[in-house]
Amino acid sequence: MEDTKKKNRKVLQGNIIVAEAAIAAGCDFFAGYPITPSSEVAQHMSKELPKRGYDFIQMEDEIASLGACIGASLAGKKVLTATSGPGFSLMQEHLGMGVMAEIPLVIVNVMRGGPSTGLPTKPAQADIMQARWGTHGDHPIIVLYPAFSNELFCETIRAFNLAEKFWTPVIILLDEVTAKAHEDIELPDTKDLEIYNGKTKEIKDLNIYDRNIGENPPRVDFFQGYPIHIDGLEHDAHGWPSSDPENADKMQKLRMQKIYHFLDEIIKFNEYYMEDAEIMVFSFGVSARAALPAVEEARELGIKAGLFQALTIWPFPKRELRERFKKIKKVLVVELNMGQIKYEMERVASDDVEKKSLLRANGIPFTPKEILEKIKEF
Amino acid sequence: MRDYEKYIRYRTFPSPWCPGCGIGVTLKAIATAFAELDLDPDDIVAVSGIGCSGRMPTFFNTNTLHTTHGRALTFATGIKLARPDKNVIVISGDGDSSAIGGNHLIHAARRNIGIKMILINNGIYGMTGGQVSPLTPQKFVTETTPFGNIEPKFNIADLLMGAGATFVARETVNRMKPLKDVIKKSFLHKGFSVVEVISNCHVNLGRRNKMKDPISMTKWIAGRTVTKTQYDKMTPEEQDHKYPVGLIHENTSRLEYSELYYKHIVPAAQEAAKKGPGGAAFAAQKNTITYRGSK
Ligand SMILES: Cc1ncc(C[n+]2csc(CCOP(=O)(O)OP(=O)(O)O)c2C)c(N)n1
Repeated sequence: MEDTKKKNRKVLQGNIIVAEAAIAAGCDFFAGYPITPSSEVAQHMSKELPKRGYDFIQMEDEIASLGACIGASLAGKKVLTATSGPGFSLMQEHLGMGVMAEIPLVIVNVMRGGPSTGLPTKPAQADIMQARWGTHGDHPIIVLYPAFSNELFCETIRAFNLAEKFWTPVIILLDEVTAKAHEDIELPDTKDLEIYNGKTKEIKDLNIYDRNIGENPPRVDFFQGYPIHIDGLEHDAHGWPSSDPENADKMQKLRMQKIYHFLDEIIKFNEYYMEDAEIMVFSFGVSARAALPAVEEARELGIKAGLFQALTIWPFPKRELRERFKKIKKVLVVELNMGQIKYEMERVASDDVEKKSLLRANGIPFTPKEILEKIKEF
Repeated sequence: MRDYEKYIRYRTFPSPWCPGCGIGVTLKAIATAFAELDLDPDDIVAVSGIGCSGRMPTFFNTNTLHTTHGRALTFATGIKLARPDKNVIVISGDGDSSAIGGNHLIHAARRNIGIKMILINNGIYGMTGGQVSPLTPQKFVTETTPFGNIEPKFNIADLLMGAGATFVARETVNRMKPLKDVIKKSFLHKGFSVVEVISNCHVNLGRRNKMKDPISMTKWIAGRTVTKTQYDKMTPEEQDHKYPVGLIHENTSRLEYSELYYKHIVPAAQEAAKKGPGGAAFAAQKNTITYRGSK
C-alpha cells in the first residue's frame, strides 16, 4: 500500500514545483524574462509548454512579459509569468492594467534582497508591500505566500483558480530559499485536482463590464464572434473610455467588491498549537518554517506559544486575527524585512495586545533558536 | 453605408482629435483597407498604446485593446502567439513607438512576429500638449525645447531595417490612395510590418513653428515628400529633410515568428519528450492534448 501511494513522490526544486503545478492548473502560455532566483520557472516552461502545443516566449523585459501575458489571456490563454524584485518593479504598470481590465493572470515573484539590485542570491521577504501597493491607484489584489513544498504546489493551483474565479491578477510570493531548494514532494494525482475555468464563451450583450456588486464582469475574450473593446482607461459598462465621476465611482466599487465579498474563500492560513496559545507567532514563508520548530521548543519549555502562518497575505486576515486577539494578548511578528507586516499588525491588533517583532533584511533567514529567544522575551 | 463603415464603431464618437488632424485620415485609410480585403471584424484585433493616435482603436468595430504608453506591441505579441490565425494590428504614435516603446519596436522587428503596425508620425507628443519626440525634426520649437531641438531624429525606416524588419513603408496623410494601398499591402505581408504615416499636428507642433493651420502643415509635409528613387540620389544632408514614400523594404523569405514556433519548436519539443523519461507515456497521451484557445 505504502509503495503505490509513493509513486508520485519526487525530489523537485521549488521553482519546478510551481511550474509543474501551473501546468496541472491548465496554464498554456508563459512569457518571462530571466532573473535570479526565479529563472528555473521559465526554463522549465520552455521545455514543457511547447511539447503540449502551448506557448512559451522570452520577452525583452518584464514590462513586455506581463504585456504579452495580458494579450494572450485576452486571446483565451491561461497565463503565467515569473520574476524577482527588480523585474516585479518593472511589472507594476501592467499589473495595474490587469486589475483595471480585469484579466485573470498569475505572477510568481521569488523575492530577493533589495532595494535595487540588492542581494540577488539571498532570501528576503522584501516585496510584501510592493505586492500590495506597487501599482498606482486604488485596487484590490490577491497575494498568496506558500512556505512548504506541498503548499508550493497547492497554492499555485489555488492562484490560478482564484484568478479565474475573480477575474484578477494573483501574485504568488516565494522565498529564494524555498524556490531554490530541492525538496521531497508527493505530487497529487492530476485527476484529484479541482481546476476552475471561469472564462465564459457566451455573449449576452455589449455590456461586458456590467454586473451587480460582488459579481464578475460578464466579459468574453477576443474572437468570440462579438468584437469587444478592452481599455486601461476607466471605462463604462461597455468597456468604452469614460471619465464620468459617477461611473468611476461605480466601477471602483465593482472591482473592489468582487473580491472583498469573498474573503472567506480567499483568505487561507495554517494554525499550529493555537487552541490554548497565549503567545501568537505570526509569520509566513521561510520565516514560518523556522517559527514552527521554535514554537514546538517553546511548548517543551512550558511556554504556551502557537503559530499563525498566513497563506494569503493580501487581503490581510484581519477579521481572523481580531477574533483570536479576543483571547490572545501577545503577538510576535517574524518577517525577513524591516517591518512591512509589523505595521499592518499594529493596525489590526488592539492596544491591549502586546506586540513584538523579529525583523532583519541582511540576507540571512532566521533560525528557530533566534525565534525561540524572542518568544522568551514576553 | 459605404464598405468601410462596417469597421467603424460610431457609438464611441465623437473622437478626441482636433479639427484637421491627420489621424482621422489614417483611420479611414485603415478601415478602407479592411473593407477591400473583406476581413471579418471579429478576426481583427487593433491594439494601441497611449497618445492621440492611441485612441484610434476605440473607433474600430473590431476587437480593440487600448493599453499602456509604448507597450502595445508587447500585448500584440501575446495575442499573435496565442492566435496566429488572427489579424493583429498595432496603432502607435511617434513617441509611443520610438521613445518609451523603442525597445519593443526593435524586438518585434527582430522576431518578425506577424503584427501589422501603423506608426503615425506627427513629430510631436500630441496628447500631452506638444513636447519633443525622438522623431521631431531638429531646430523645431516644442514645449520642452523652447530654444529649438538639438537632438537628431531617428530615421525610423533605417532603424527598423537594422533591427531585421521584413516590411517597411512610408506614406503621408496627403496621399490617401497610396496610403490605403500600402496599408493593404502590409496587411497581406506575413511577418512584422510597419507603415510610417507622416501626419500633421498643426495644434501642438505647427503652431509653435509658423504652421498653425492644417493647410500650412500639410503643405510642409508635401514639400518634404519624395519618391525613393529621388531620395537615393540625394546627399545625406538633403535626405535629412525629406520623407521618401512608398514601399521601402520587403523581405518575404523569412518565416513569421509564430509559424516558426509551431513548425519548429513544438515538434522539436515533442520529439525530445518522446525520447526523454516517460517518453512512451507521452507519445501515447499526445493525441488527447486539448487546445484551450483554438488555433
Ligand atoms: C508611462 C507613461 N508616461 C507618460 C505618459 C504621458 N503620455 C501620454 S501620451 C504621451 C505622448 C504621446 O505622443 P505620441 O506617442 O507621439 O502620440 P500622439 O499623441 O502625438 O499621437 C505621453 C508622454 C503616459 N501615459 N504613460
